[in-house]
Amino acid sequence: MEKTDTVLEEMLKNFEEKINRGDAIEPKDKMPDGYRKHLIRQMSQHAHSEVIGMQPEGNWITRAPSLRAKQILLAKIQDEGGHGLYLYSAAETLGISRSELINQLHTGKAKYSNIFNYPTLNWADIGAIGWLVDGAAIVNQVSLQRTSYGPYSRAMVRICKEESFHQRQGYEIMAKMMAGTKEQQEMAQDAMNRWWWPSLMMFGPHDGDSPHTGDAFKWKIKRHSNDELRHKFIDKTVQQAEVIGLTIPDKDLKWNEAKGHYDHGAINWDEFYRTINGNGPCNRQRLAHHIKVHNEGAWVREAAEAYRAKKEKAIFNN
Amino acid sequence: MATDTQLALWEVFLQAKSGANYIHAGSVHASDKSMALQNARDTYTRRGEGTSIWVVPSDAIVASNPDDNEMFFDPANDKVYRHPTFYVMPAGAKAI
Repeated sequence: MEKTDTVLEEMLKNFEEKINRGDAIEPKDKMPDGYRKHLIRQMSQHAHSEVIGMQPEGNWITRAPSLRAKQILLAKIQDEGGHGLYLYSAAETLGISRSELINQLHTGKAKYSNIFNYPTLNWADIGAIGWLVDGAAIVNQVSLQRTSYGPYSRAMVRICKEESFHQRQGYEIMAKMMAGTKEQQEMAQDAMNRWWWPSLMMFGPHDGDSPHTGDAFKWKIKRHSNDELRHKFIDKTVQQAEVIGLTIPDKDLKWNEAKGHYDHGAINWDEFYRTINGNGPCNRQRLAHHIKVHNEGAWVREAAEAYRAKKEKAIFNN
Repeated sequence: MATDTQLALWEVFLQAKSGANYIHAGSVHASDKSMALQNARDTYTRRGEGTSIWVVPSDAIVASNPDDNEMFFDPANDKVYRHPTFYVMPAGAKAI
């Protein structure tokens, strides 16, 4: 027992020295169980979010207002699927299989971003998602480009390159609607009102109430706190809203000269926890749809494996 | 009845343009090599990131162990004569 403890301590010491030097951790490096577990939890949640996030947007493909809008939306949703795949493959380097990752999503052990439990009621919501939801995601993902785990960091670099198109296409939709009829302007403002607060919640609980923060900072998985990132998002978004004439639905929002950022009103954390615990507007629908599509696709995977087996047999017999 | 699997894991390497090194991009799941190649194209080259792709079954890759780094890579450091700066050139010699 004693010897094992010494070995573990030595491993942890080497690991933390490496982290402190600013070296990346790679899949075959020794790492503490806590680090591996934290990463699997965070990266799988991130991957699931990309994939589940395809649903609210997919809802509008057939009703996009023009061919241009439809092509853009299709390309964006394809990117989200791709981002999910980058992240799943990065998570798999930690020794968890794709089947297990999907199983954890289906059994509720793994979560996905709360934001996708809200419905997309009209076309303006597609604008609001691109601009606000992807905008918030970008702030988080830019910070994660410097995360300590190599494969996660590399996936983030790739994702960030692609995300700015997502945000810009959303903002363009909002800008177009704000330059349109009174009804279009009202639709845009209504979408803003519904998506603003859930977007702020995407950064997670306030720093004092965040359950996973301690080791994540020490091990440089996280580089910036939830509140730091939330402020960064608010500060850049307020100006963009002003330019196109949208009002941020927060009467307490005001510039704080001393702190150098905007102060915002109280976030409704009851709603956040109600949604995260399964009782948001679309939780059941999102998961049921994923499970249904997964099960309905089983025959495709089986057929692909059967085809491979048949071809291998043919080569063997020749 | 066959069991439902997520298909085999393949590593993807991209060449950004002809003449460049192939660089690891990530991995994909696929049942065979032609599916692996198609999935790699769809996943990693949506914006002209590559003009050529290699896919390799992940279990065919042999990797060094970071625990052995000191021993494994050690011989490189004490053979300074492998570097051009080791040699003393006569004064006045040009283009060498």
